[in-house]
Amino acid sequence: MRVALFVACFNDALFPGTGRAVTVLLERLGHEVVFPPGQTCCGQMHWTTGYQREAADLARRFADVFGGHDAVVTPSASCAATVRAAYARIARAVGDAELERAADGLAVHELSEFLVDVLGVTDVGAYFPHRVAYHPTCHSLRTLRLGDRPLRLLRAVRGLELVELPAAEECCGFGGTFALKNADVSVAMVADKVRHVRGTCADVLCAADNGCLAHIGGALSRLRGGVRVMHLAEILAATGAPAAAGRP
Amino acid sequence: MTGGSSAGGRDSSAGPVPLPMPKFAAAARTALADTGLRRDLRADAAALRRRREAAAGELGDWQELREAGRAIRDETLLNLDAYLERLEKSVTEAGGAVHWAADAAEAARLVTGLVRATGQGEVVTAAVPAAREIGLHDALAEAGVTVHPTDLAELVARLGGGRRPAARPAPPAFHRDRARLRELLARLPDAPPDLPDDPAALAAAARDHLRRRLLSARVAVCGADFMVADTGTLVLLESEGNGRAAVTVPDTLICVAGIDAVVPTWSDLEVLLQLLPRSATGDRMSPAVSTWTGVTPGDGPRELHLVLLDNGRTAVLADEAGRAALRCVRCSACAHVCPVYERTGDEPYGPRGGGPIGAVVTPLVEGVESAAHASLPYASTLCGACADVCPVKIDIPGLLVHLRGAVVESRRRRPVPTPELVMMRSAAWTMGEQGRYEAALRSGARWARLLSRGGRIRRLPGLLGKWTEARDLPAPPAGGFRGWWRARPRSGGAR
Repeated sequence: MRVALFVACFNDALFPGTGRAVTVLLERLGHEVVFPPGQTCCGQMHWTTGYQREAADLARRFADVFGGHDAVVTPSASCAATVRAAYARIARAVGDAELERAADGLAVHELSEFLVDVLGVTDVGAYFPHRVAYHPTCHSLRTLRLGDRPLRLLRAVRGLELVELPAAEECCGFGGTFALKNADVSVAMVADKVRHVRGTCADVLCAADNGCLAHIGGALSRLRGGVRVMHLAEILAATGAPAAAGRP
Repeated sequence: MTGGSSAGGRDSSAGPVPLPMPKFAAAARTALADTGLRRDLRADAAALRRRREAAAGELGDWQELREAGRAIRDETLLNLDAYLERLEKSVTEAGGAVHWAADAAEAARLVTGLVRATGQGEVVTAAVPAAREIGLHDALAEAGVTVHPTDLAELVARLGGGRRPAARPAPPAFHRDRARLRELLARLPDAPPDLPDDPAALAAAARDHLRRRLLSARVAVCGADFMVADTGTLVLLESEGNGRAAVTVPDTLICVAGIDAVVPTWSDLEVLLQLLPRSATGDRMSPAVSTWTGVTPGDGPRELHLVLLDNGRTAVLADEAGRAALRCVRCSACAHVCPVYERTGDEPYGPRGGGPIGAVVTPLVEGVESAAHASLPYASTLCGACADVCPVKIDIPGLLVHLRGAVVESRRRRPVPTPELVMMRSAAWTMGEQGRYEAALRSGARWARLLSRGGRIRRLPGLLGKWTEARDLPAPPAGGFRGWWRARPRSGGAR
């Protein structure tokens, strides 16, 4: 299958390992990965902060870049949710019927959905001998309704010990620009998330979105919390062989 | 005014609004530092979430009920004018009087005038959700009327116990530990000096005090959760029974309710009565549900006044996207699951009420010109927990985003652009073309590496400094994803 990767601008800039992992993983499963180089940002930050016109410009651009592809995969749950749940609203907010039609034709999948629902695999042949906790991000949980798909993928990883995260369904306090506009409340929220994460004694906290992971991981790092954060894709790409991490 | 309304300015249901409202983030800082408040809110949230989930979960058709509730509320709002006329007619025919208040000041004036007309210097209040919205207690105090609130949570708040829970109908002093409750109730003038801290004794002490107030009351002010248009029946849900006494014992009953509390028929009420208590307190039915229609000679109040409050509600109806917010039946379920509310409580949201729905309704009604009102739609991570529990399916995150759009559009009209607008525009411009975007990635990575130490950035300049107040940021590795992709041995695809 030919799969177009939407890496998401946040990952493009800060977490290149996640895009590498998705590529390596999908190729290992026998699929062809293409990377449309004109891709930039889906417009999520502009939309959720109230900048409808700018969000619409970016949505149109996204639809142009990814419109022709049968399958678009992204390792960002919140970007997948933006394209699938918000683009129609963006189009209506700015009165752009053409964008609404274009958005309807986009086939954007979050990675775990693509693996489980489209490819029908849960065992992706990964090996990751660590204690791992999974944080279901709000977009994963309540917009995309990923349910237990990420957990099924993690349970099939050899060597991996999955531990339950208490109060997992509670938001980490990131919320995009919320983390800046309401920094104090945001920090109060992540403090509790960090407490729960550390309580699991996990080595690694994983999620389907690097936005939330940057937030929780940023707090863990500041506190020297001793827990690493990793995107789900990076765990699924790991096989124990050094090359599998996809570094050049 | 008896005791406590100025106690730390925390008397949330009736407190004055003397100063311009601060922005949410500033008010939230104060709340976040209040350890007692944080503990109470946490305990409330945990208990009420658990109870709501159990109460909703035991019904096989909860989702169908929610859908029915949504449909009833939408249809009512669509024909609100007709239902209000029908309500006025029914109430009047049953012997009550209907008064229309366009805004908070008029409502307060009306109630004060009605109380004065009775010649009484004292009133009891029971379950008046609009009290804070219209500044009721202050208005009555200014008119020289002594107010005796009769719900336990309000009593405890007035004795110095801080906030009362937002839930309607409120669970009685839900969040208090009993040692603290004993300490507060011991301050009652008629409390026994050796008051023990067991729940029965505490309840008895409060009951003795409140009962004396209620039995001697000549005038009562209460709220209504619903008003049935067909019959003119007012419906009040509560946990303690004080409301039942307040609507039964006095000679004059003054009921204050928002125009959105109208329901067309008793069968509509049946649906909402299943949704509201389960959502609010996790009760299958509220312990006391009072329904009363007009006046009945020789039984109950001789005079019934219904003050119908608009105060911006019809303006909200005119906003096609925003009108869904008026479906709200004030159960507070959205507040109980909100991770922001759990840490800040009601206060930072302003006098119209807190939680996610408050962050929607206040800017819808008041507009978004003031910085404080404009800050409310941003007082949410958009986590979506509220939308999942709302018994009438209000898409609260969607409304918050809609309002954020209104905030930004209003700022665009200002002669000098805000720094945020400049930043957002330039970000969108950068993202608008591949070359500009890739150049920005490269220069961003260079800056980030300059700012980083040991792979992490501990201090960022400007607005982004808010992030690094408490969180690190990883330094991006050289080359980024695109560098790796281009350098790949078999980089197929589009490059």
